[in-house]
Amino acid sequence: MSVSTRLMAAASGAAVAALLLSACSGTTKSSNAAANSAAPSGSANANANAASKTGLTVAYLPKQVNNPYFTISDTGGQKVLQGLGETYKEVGTTSATDTAGQANYVNTLIQQQVNAIVVSAQDQNALCTNLKQAMSDKISVVTYDSDTNPDCRNLFISQASSEALGRTEADQLAGQIGGSGQIAILSAAQTATNQNAWIGFMKDELTAKYPNIQLVKIAYGNDDAQTSYQQTQGLLQSYPNLKGIISPTTVGILAAAQYLDGSSYKGKVKLTGLGTPNQLRKYVKDGTITAFELWDPAKLGALAAYAAVALQSGQITGAQGQTFKAGDMGQYTVGASGVVTLGDPTVFNAANIDQYNF
Amino acid sequence: MADRDVSNSGLASSASGQLLPLHRRTLRPRWDVAVAALLVLLVAYGLGTESTFGNTLNVSFLLGNTTTIAIVALPMTLLVAAGEVDLSVGSMAGLSGALMGALWNANWPIQLIIPVCLLVGLAGGLLNGLLVTRLGLPSLAVTIGTLALFRGVAQIVLGANAVSDFPQSYLDFGTGRIGGTAIPDIFVLYLVLLAVAAIVLHATAFGRRLFAIGANPEAAFFAGVRVKRTKLIMFAMTGLVSGGAGVIWALHYTSARYDNATGLELSVIAAVLLGGIDFDGGRGTIGGAVAGVFLLGTVQNLLSLKSVSADSQTIVTGLLLIASVLGPRAGRQIAEAFRRRRARPAAAGSP
Amino acid sequence: MSSTSAPSASNTETSNTSGSAASAMRATREGTVPGADTAPRRLVAFIARARQAAILLVLVLLLLATELDNHRFLSNQGIKDLLLDAAILMLVAVGQAVVVITRNVDLSVGSVLGISAFAAGNLLAGGANPVWAVVAAILLGAGFGLVNGLLVSFGQVPALVVTLGMLYVVRGLDSIWVGPREITSQSLPSGFTDFGHGGLGPIPYLALIAVAATVAVAYYLARYRSGREFYAIGSNAQAARLAGIGLRKRVVAAYIFAGALAGLAGALYVARFAYVDATTGGGYELTVISAVVVGGVAMTGGVGTVYGAALGALLLTSINSVLPALNVSSVWEEAIDGSLLLLAIAVDRIVAGRVTSALRERSPHRG
Repeated sequence: MSVSTRLMAAASGAAVAALLLSACSGTTKSSNAAANSAAPSGSANANANAASKTGLTVAYLPKQVNNPYFTISDTGGQKVLQGLGETYKEVGTTSATDTAGQANYVNTLIQQQVNAIVVSAQDQNALCTNLKQAMSDKISVVTYDSDTNPDCRNLFISQASSEALGRTEADQLAGQIGGSGQIAILSAAQTATNQNAWIGFMKDELTAKYPNIQLVKIAYGNDDAQTSYQQTQGLLQSYPNLKGIISPTTVGILAAAQYLDGSSYKGKVKLTGLGTPNQLRKYVKDGTITAFELWDPAKLGALAAYAAVALQSGQITGAQGQTFKAGDMGQYTVGASGVVTLGDPTVFNAANIDQYNF
Repeated sequence: MADRDVSNSGLASSASGQLLPLHRRTLRPRWDVAVAALLVLLVAYGLGTESTFGNTLNVSFLLGNTTTIAIVALPMTLLVAAGEVDLSVGSMAGLSGALMGALWNANWPIQLIIPVCLLVGLAGGLLNGLLVTRLGLPSLAVTIGTLALFRGVAQIVLGANAVSDFPQSYLDFGTGRIGGTAIPDIFVLYLVLLAVAAIVLHATAFGRRLFAIGANPEAAFFAGVRVKRTKLIMFAMTGLVSGGAGVIWALHYTSARYDNATGLELSVIAAVLLGGIDFDGGRGTIGGAVAGVFLLGTVQNLLSLKSVSADSQTIVTGLLLIASVLGPRAGRQIAEAFRRRRARPAAAGSP
Repeated sequence: MSSTSAPSASNTETSNTSGSAASAMRATREGTVPGADTAPRRLVAFIARARQAAILLVLVLLLLATELDNHRFLSNQGIKDLLLDAAILMLVAVGQAVVVITRNVDLSVGSVLGISAFAAGNLLAGGANPVWAVVAAILLGAGFGLVNGLLVSFGQVPALVVTLGMLYVVRGLDSIWVGPREITSQSLPSGFTDFGHGGLGPIPYLALIAVAATVAVAYYLARYRSGREFYAIGSNAQAARLAGIGLRKRVVAAYIFAGALAGLAGALYVARFAYVDATTGGGYELTVISAVVVGGVAMTGGVGTVYGAALGALLLTSINSVLPALNVSSVWEEAIDGSLLLLAIAVDRIVAGRVTSALRERSPHRG
């Protein structure tokens, strides 16, 4: 045996020994859970009538730059900020799964001493260290579209309540297929927290209201056009009697629409979910899709801007029950664990789709 | 056993292997020194132009976010020096993190989980190494396969879950800094590994064997180096370190998910290559790799502070990479031209 | 490193006593005259054919087994879907195969596909003639191929590093150019997108284009002297150089092939998906290389055919259709893809090893 072999053997031996030793008494999930403490909520000393500060710098950090959805959203925020006399900037990674890159950007914004960060988190926990650092440096942190843990931000601007989205999508499809038959869901990545929350409510709605509808499969297209396309094919091949598909992700619904449009299933299989009017206009007009829904991303970004300015001006602190004005969008109230909900989603169909351009 | 270490893997990797006489090797411009100098200049430039670049917080974030890349770059440097590459490191880190989350959810003690993650890393590295050395397959193709395989297994192991409720003392280690300094705790771990790697590569027979193999596997084999064994050890170590990096990643970002560290391999390889580790094998220093890692990290940090968009940063990364291979060769050719000119009067008659 | 550029062997005028004993042996055995019909060449051709037959067999078995389980799998629609899925990957894989045969690699194809797709989509959205849009995409791809080829062959640097750099550079240029814009079906002429999913019966037009391109490239590589020189370079660059082959010219040509085919694939991507944004084609390079390797094209150069690469592409995409059709959770897909790639290259090597040793025993004077 050579020296290196012996070294390897020794290393493995040591590792195994460590295993055996540590197995006896260790820290496990359940023993650790006791040590957990509750998240602190915002303190209540806000002055709703304080004047809005001007000259603030508010930075948007979307999940991904150059992503049309986030660009619309951030541009909505930009308009509000410029109207209020604040400075807007947008930074971010070119990939939506570059958590380390997004954490770097939070750091950059802290260094640049911006007044508020409006962020759509790629991961619920990964940004926490940096965001807490930001908050301790008096930077207001507002999440939008995708939340972090509540104790890592001041406010979350929710596009619509998960419950409303999940239930209305299920209702949409149920109505289109006449309340009975097999349906499937084409989601984004398995780990997508938003989608998983919505799907939970869809299932709930289906069991509660539509006993004759059978949810046969949840497929994952990973927000990739090709994969979503092939997953749609697979659904239709595995379930010849499939009546409808819900795709609660813009990439998924687009790929599914494109597939149905070019296949013999067009019009026979109903499709609904979340999409943008510009991406789906053609399919609504040619009958591939009857109706789908989405919130107005520009308003989401705008509301986040108002919230950031209100936080910096001391009008709110993020505690439940506080209210702030969002220009012509009206007044909003902070809900439980610092969540502000934009409102109900808009349903798009052949009758109204031409009124929207995003 | 295994005295018949016939190097058929050399078939795959050596047409470009080259052994230059020693005096020519030392004449070659030192690329690693150039990269290190560039790093120093860049840091000086950053300190001079961005007031926040040098503050404790920024330095600690810069070091913290570069540490996982830097750790994986260490065995990768040794592996590339031996003329092989491992593209599966990011997936292995992801698998290790996913396993850590899944076992934690299954109520295993963390003290047991971490060694298991390391062992899985070692096993994955051995798989790569065995396929490359015993079957003589090209490491690029093998590790593209295991890149998908490890990530796929990670997905099976942890599925849609994101685990973050690890014990606070471990999370503190992953995210904390030493006292009031800018040095993250995990960076100390890196320094230890760096010392080990530097000694192994530059002060042991094992390190010399790696270079010999990278330069010319046949020659190394005929000189009595156990080519396959040496490469196998390096693949195993790369897997082991990647497994460890996965644990550190999950603790540093307080999140164990199956898609952790996606794309880490490209960052690591870019850094190692930028540091002057030659993909033809047989050349390079640990110092170069360190400089490469921190040059890339600093460039990105500084460009972000200067509000340069991510698109432009991508282009800068690409150009740096291309320059890193063109630069030394251009430098060598210029040095060659000078040498020839000086040598011409003396050796006028020689062809 | 196995994928280093062929030309890097050429800057070793000084002391390289022919890189490896094994490749020197191979050079003498195969002779330095490309195309000479020697016994080893016939053997190589035989192995290549056997290799392709094997993939085809696996493919057929896979499809039939799935069909037995799920009778809609090989319906007209099902066949059309399979071919449509494979067409784009097939084109890029064929281009990549040409590069890999010269013992190089092109990691920038995903970025090139993305930027060409946007170029084509942008022209179409502006009302340009579809033919011109496709030609423009091909030209743009070929242009990036030229840059790759020049860097690799004249810079004499490892292809892996240069094309990794180009992956970043082209992606960066693409995202700056595209920004947040997107090309959607509403801005594309409906004739073009109809073409994207139309076809003759169950055979989509896109698949016909992919097959035509594959046949053309295969014919060129096999029937033209210059085509066979790609193999000579990949087998042994030094021997090829001594035989008077214009090494740089061929390597540049290989990259132009790969770039142009990635550009064409980009244009067809627009037709098929009717959607392009700044991330189109991201990460495609690894899928492409997997297809090429599964198809029996060796990363070590000089071995394999573009038919193999095209079949590899078809097999890979078929598996991704088979799994959902068999109702296998998508969670398993990536692991299965990876295992398949490992299996393919491992079986390849074992079979090749058996054949070689059998041949050696029969004619010891050659070994």
